Amino acid sequence: MLELRFHSRGGQGGVVAGKLLAVAIFKEDRFVQAFPTFGVERRAAPVMAFVRIDDHPIRIRTQIYNPDHIIILDQSLLQMLDVTQGLKPGGTIIINTEKKPEDFDFKGDFRVVTIDASSIAVKHGLGSVTQPIVNTAILGAVSKVLKVVDIESVIAAIEEDVPAKIEANAAAAREAYEVAEGSP
Amino acid sequence: MQKVLTGNEAAAWGAMCAQAQVISAYPITPQTTIIEELANLVANGMLDARFIKVESEHSAMAGCIGAQAAGARTFTATSSQGLALMHELLHWAALGRLPVVMADVNRAMAPGWSIWTDQNDSLAQRDTGWLHYYCESNQEVLDTVIQSYKVAETVDLPVMLVLDAFFLSHTYEAVHIPSQDETAKYLPPYKPSIYLDVKDPHAFGGIVQQDVYMEFRYKMQVAMNEALEVAEKADDDFREMFGRGYGLIEPYRLDDADYVLVTSGTVASTARVTVDDLREKGHSVGMLKIRMLRPFPFEKVRQILSGRKRVAVLDRNICVGMGGIFTQEIRNAMYHIPEDKRPSIYGYIVGLGGRDVSPEVIASIAEDVQKRAVADGEQVWIGLKE
Repeated sequence: MLELRFHSRGGQGGVVAGKLLAVAIFKEDRFVQAFPTFGVERRAAPVMAFVRIDDHPIRIRTQIYNPDHIIILDQSLLQMLDVTQGLKPGGTIIINTEKKPEDFDFKGDFRVVTIDASSIAVKHGLGSVTQPIVNTAILGAVSKVLKVVDIESVIAAIEEDVPAKIEANAAAAREAYEVAEGSP
Repeated sequence: MQKVLTGNEAAAWGAMCAQAQVISAYPITPQTTIIEELANLVANGMLDARFIKVESEHSAMAGCIGAQAAGARTFTATSSQGLALMHELLHWAALGRLPVVMADVNRAMAPGWSIWTDQNDSLAQRDTGWLHYYCESNQEVLDTVIQSYKVAETVDLPVMLVLDAFFLSHTYEAVHIPSQDETAKYLPPYKPSIYLDVKDPHAFGGIVQQDVYMEFRYKMQVAMNEALEVAEKADDDFREMFGRGYGLIEPYRLDDADYVLVTSGTVASTARVTVDDLREKGHSVGMLKIRMLRPFPFEKVRQILSGRKRVAVLDRNICVGMGGIFTQEIRNAMYHIPEDKRPSIYGYIVGLGGRDVSPEVIASIAEDVQKRAVADGEQVWIGLKE
């Protein structure tokens, strides 16, 4: 079983990212569970979303404490949260930022991958410069970096489940997939 | 068709499959997205139903009662304080013998305010004459909505199906959704034997004197007893048609188990993981899931627990001043069997207000019940802070 944790702020689409990933995994005939922070929804508040992926039916129904990888949609969260809490050694941290991986100094045996999902989102007209909607772009990076899901499944999930700007969201996911650092 | 749905959406889609004709609901907190999704399904034409927005949960149930009495299949949903506000009308629906179906998202009662799960909201309505199902997956939620109508409309009693807040209500997973046509083969249109009809006027819910009130109650009890068999058959028929069934209770790896964990809701799902793990380590531990609480499947529970060494009942609820409610039910069921076959019953309070019940928590209970010699009748509270 693989467990992922998404960090974002309310309104950025982190919960939808988890749902879209679930739909994409489902399209590959694998088993998946996705759920948001067990907390109160509020715009700009720190929000977490979780995804479990397995080749067998998932029967555990608890919170996720030790994710295999984490995905950070908003780098400002790094100043206020210990985002690596519980992250398994050897896990990957994907950060939406214009910075480079070496600009980050996490304590622990982690691989850091950066992707400028905000710029990609804005370029495709998703949200504004101050409030880009980065969830679909970040999923392109998740597909490339973590290899947990095929990019075509992500695109199919976007086409099925995103209510507006489907083409722009698909293009953002694809672009992030192209530019993200694939292998360690 | 298969789709990735939350538990809330699964409940709504279940009502859609069953072609509920009237949805009467209060749309604001503590309402959940069940009603939001149903509003969507009605608005986009997937469900041909009247959607009635009302000003309180009390009125929501009153709306269901009125529509059901007029011969319509009805559905509503609520949670925690909302269910509590319905209390008066829950009696009215049951004593009126109206087969309303309702989903309750199990949320802890306030204060302190909580949006997290425990079973005290639904269990506080245990004695209102509704049938109660507890679900452990989103698929079971959808399937149980459909089964609920089948059972309710056969015995003329209302059904409440319960799903854990967040652990089901806000969790996405893949769910099989039968079409309305497929569902209709299992669940034909609602045809009440008596209903409000201006062409054939009758009075309903009038005053009843001492000479016949008891008989009304007795008939409800008889209907509840029948409901056990009806629900069993409804589940068997469902399995035959759709390939999925759940039983009223479900033994899991219990064949030769000396120790039994009794669970309900999502705790049952996680307990399967724990039991698999404990079995691998050589422990003689199995699990019994209680899906139907009312009517209580006494005979089945007795049969399965008889002859076991010890039974640990996990209660995500507390009857303050008494103990865990499932524990009481199980103790009651096991009292009248021969002493040499009667297991010791251990009660554990877990996961109130949504506190996580992890495999480790369940394993610690399994360890305690195997080690501690005497079930002293006290409840053990798991994971309390000092």
